[in-house]
Amino acid sequence: MRFLRFLPSSKIALVLIPFLLSGCGEQYLLFNTAGPVAKIERNLILTTFVLTAIVVIPVIALMFYIIRRFRDEPNNSAPYRPEWSQSHKLEFFVWGIPVLIICVLGILTVRDTFRLVRPTTSMNGAPLTIQVTSLDWKWLFQYPDQKIATVNYCEIPTNRPVRFILTSDAPMNSFWVPQLGGQEYTMPGMAMRLWLQADKPGNYFGSGANFSGREYAHMKFNVVAKPESDFQQWIKQTKSTAPALTMDGYKNLVQQSVVDKQTYSSFPPGVFEQNIKSEGGMYMKHELKEATD
Amino acid sequence: MIYGADVSIVLVTIAILFVLTYYKKWGWLWREWLTTVDHKKIGIMYLIAAILMLFRGGVDALLMRTQLIQPNMHFLKAQHYNEIFTTHGTLMILFMAMPFIFAVFNVAVPLQIGARDVAFPYLNAISFWLFFFAAMLLNLSFVIGGSPDAGWMSYPPLSDLPFDMGPGENYYILALQITGIGSIATGINFFVTILKMRAPGMTLMRLPLFCWSVLGACILIIVAFPALTAALALLLIDRIAGGHFFTMLAGGNPMMYINLFWVWGHPEVYIVVLPAFGVFSEVVATFSRKRIFGYTSMVASIMVITVISYLVWAHHFFTMGAGPGVNSFFAVASMIIAIPTGVKVFTWLFTMYAGRVRVPAPMLWTLGFIPNFAIGGATGVMLAAAPADYQYHNSYFLIAHFHQVLIGGTVYGMIAGMYYWWPKMFGHRLNERLAKHAFWWFNIGFYVCFMPQYFLGYMGMTRRIFTYSPGMGWATWNLISSIGAYMMGIGFILIAADIIYSAFYGERDTTGDIWDGRTLEWSLPSPAPHYNFAVIPQVNDRDAWWESKQQRLEGKEVTALQYKSPLRPIHMPKSSGRPFVLSVCFFVAGFGLVFNWYILGILGFLGVGLCLILRSFEFDTDYYIPIDEVQHTEKAYGRLLHGEQ
Ligand code: HEM
Ligand SMILES: [Cu+2]
Ligand SMILES: [Cu+2]
Repeated sequence: MRFLRFLPSSKIALVLIPFLLSGCGEQYLLFNTAGPVAKIERNLILTTFVLTAIVVIPVIALMFYIIRRFRDEPNNSAPYRPEWSQSHKLEFFVWGIPVLIICVLGILTVRDTFRLVRPTTSMNGAPLTIQVTSLDWKWLFQYPDQKIATVNYCEIPTNRPVRFILTSDAPMNSFWVPQLGGQEYTMPGMAMRLWLQADKPGNYFGSGANFSGREYAHMKFNVVAKPESDFQQWIKQTKSTAPALTMDGYKNLVQQSVVDKQTYSSFPPGVFEQNIKSEGGMYMKHELKEATD
Repeated sequence: MIYGADVSIVLVTIAILFVLTYYKKWGWLWREWLTTVDHKKIGIMYLIAAILMLFRGGVDALLMRTQLIQPNMHFLKAQHYNEIFTTHGTLMILFMAMPFIFAVFNVAVPLQIGARDVAFPYLNAISFWLFFFAAMLLNLSFVIGGSPDAGWMSYPPLSDLPFDMGPGENYYILALQITGIGSIATGINFFVTILKMRAPGMTLMRLPLFCWSVLGACILIIVAFPALTAALALLLIDRIAGGHFFTMLAGGNPMMYINLFWVWGHPEVYIVVLPAFGVFSEVVATFSRKRIFGYTSMVASIMVITVISYLVWAHHFFTMGAGPGVNSFFAVASMIIAIPTGVKVFTWLFTMYAGRVRVPAPMLWTLGFIPNFAIGGATGVMLAAAPADYQYHNSYFLIAHFHQVLIGGTVYGMIAGMYYWWPKMFGHRLNERLAKHAFWWFNIGFYVCFMPQYFLGYMGMTRRIFTYSPGMGWATWNLISSIGAYMMGIGFILIAADIIYSAFYGERDTTGDIWDGRTLEWSLPSPAPHYNFAVIPQVNDRDAWWESKQQRLEGKEVTALQYKSPLRPIHMPKSSGRPFVLSVCFFVAGFGLVFNWYILGILGFLGVGLCLILRSFEFDTDYYIPIDEVQHTEKAYGRLLHGEQ
């Protein structure tokens, strides 16, 4: 029964996948969700997993069964029909089952795709806007309404949709906070939008996801979610204690370097919009307006 | 380490030069190989080159996996790591997978359709040498000037000035551009070959499935590669002539590059996997001793894949700000590809059903492929669900997916094809025991290496990081993954050992039909004479050779495969050194442009132009093999011919 030697590798895989997908272990960030966006995405992930498993598992099982049943051994009593090569009934199922599954998946996917364009929960009060700029090799967060800025971390209030507006003053990157929801690219001269929301307080891992040069691996940041009152407190404290980010300071940040977390009580007004315009955004006035207001 | 590599390259080169000189083999090498236009020899050269590149790319992979064994490793520096993953990806797709499929195209297609050569033999040689010298150009970057380091997709603005000044990126652009010319030519060549050179009686619906898959791949090559050519040409203009096609400055747009790249890039993955599907179809039928199940479904699915795979490219950048309408379209289109793919898997299974399944090496790799592809296809569908892809994109989940389909599909397929047609190429088979060991090391290593990467994706690990910190929980899975990579390395070494061992001790094939095959190539001696068929066969059925064997068994007169006409002198193309010289000129031109040495570049292009002009004044390009010689050769093979009985 040499064919049984197929088993170990694929069996381990099959046993492990559902076990790990059940979300035990908080290091599986995609399942350890902390907000509505990530939850929708996780549910879609689980649905697609189950629906595809409906094909994958029988295919693998069938394969082992067939090899075993129809081995070319002298005393094998299984039927041998060398000319049998057509069966409309079988072919109907062969096409039909995948078609059905893909229909279901397609509908769910389209539904969720449209769902994530807007904030996923109704807003009480205005959303928080944070302007994110990927730099070589750090992340700059500006709060246009609060007029403060941070580097390599940002704080957000819980239970309030956050509108991230993304751009880059360096090669493009991608802004990703797995526990809050999926990523979106940051591109020079463009402003992209990503809605995220945290339901519970916590310190969430974020990173740049698109390769952007030598020290790209160090482009990590934290998103700290805390209750609204604590968040307001933090703003107040930042405004009174942190230093200001000057134009020179910004130009310094743009240089290639790896830096630690930083906090600023203010930033040069318009530096975000200015950067987009000067990186080529002036050729895309319409898109720029749409994305930034 | 770079110096070590440099020294070893020099030493190997000197050793090769020495051996060639010592055994006075220069003339032989030039006459028999460098100037050949014989598709079988060109196929063998493609094969050797592909295996060498697989080795180089594999070493890259092991270096990367070693760096990632532990958090905060100090094995490779960031810059070094970036260069390695860039060359790894580029080499594997363009200089391993592509020549590997071209190897089986060349080895099998003309023989399967009963032709004496491809439609354009001379162009075929040019294609090979362009690929070969492009590969040399890219590999040279490792020794002179520095390798590309912006990823195998080389997105601007990272790959544009001023973020990437060095010559590495130029090497990338020029090497891809040169090999791309060769690939387009091969696509056209085999497209025409399959449509125009089939033996009489071989209608399209009697065409072996491998040839159908090659036809699909060729259509994709012809429509997809020009997009890459355009993207690279514009990027080159950006880089050496100060253009702004792909920077937002002066009104350019990097999205343009990304679109063009994936308009080629997505079909490209099907270009390399379709021929693998074809190989599996041949292998499954042969080793189940049974007709392929659902031939029409198979043909339909190949064609559906060919068309749809051209329409899904934007799924590689769902997260670049397209609206929900666009994302929905590309998500659903991508998922639809899974339907014909699923159909194929079922069809292979039903082919084995009610057959008699033998499992020698080619079949082993085919069976190993099925679970791989079932899982890889499923994760493909999971990725295609756009909102889910917001989480997977650029993560290790993606890495696991595409290695599962590219290795589990293309590489398994090409290795299966290599074992399958090896006797046809060399007249001996590869050793089964070594082949089995190689397979199990590789296959188990594969799961050990790539399954953990799905989990790493779920843990939020992004691709292309050269280091990570402890505390994320990534260390264990990374360690396991690296161990798997080494196991695959052992598998590769065993394959190489098998090749060398069998060259001396491998079982010789005197029948020409060592597997009890079904298609025309098995009706020929192994290796086939250089004119392939002494008389072009008349085909009356699918699986023509199998049918003729059945009729002979039943004692009937063999009508399925008749040599209708008597022997005639055989018209063959002459060998030529010019494809080689032409490609050297391209190499020189490319090398010049890499370093902005325009004089060298112009000299190279002048050489190219001169070769083309000389060719157009050449009239004495073919010759006839006289009947005597054909008769003599056929007798030596122990084959009596209808015409002279
Ligand atoms: C069953 C059908 C398949 C579907 C639905 C599918 C879907 C996808 C999707 C949506 C992506 C993009 C993921 C992302 O970048 O976030 C992707 C990436 C990729 N797929 Fe597939 N795929 C399928 C089969 C294949 C096959 C057969 C191959 C190769 C032979 C392949 C090779 C790749 C590669 C190389 C990438 C990543 C390229 C890169 O970013 O470097 N896929 N696939
Ligand atoms: Cu794709
Ligand atoms: Cu964009």
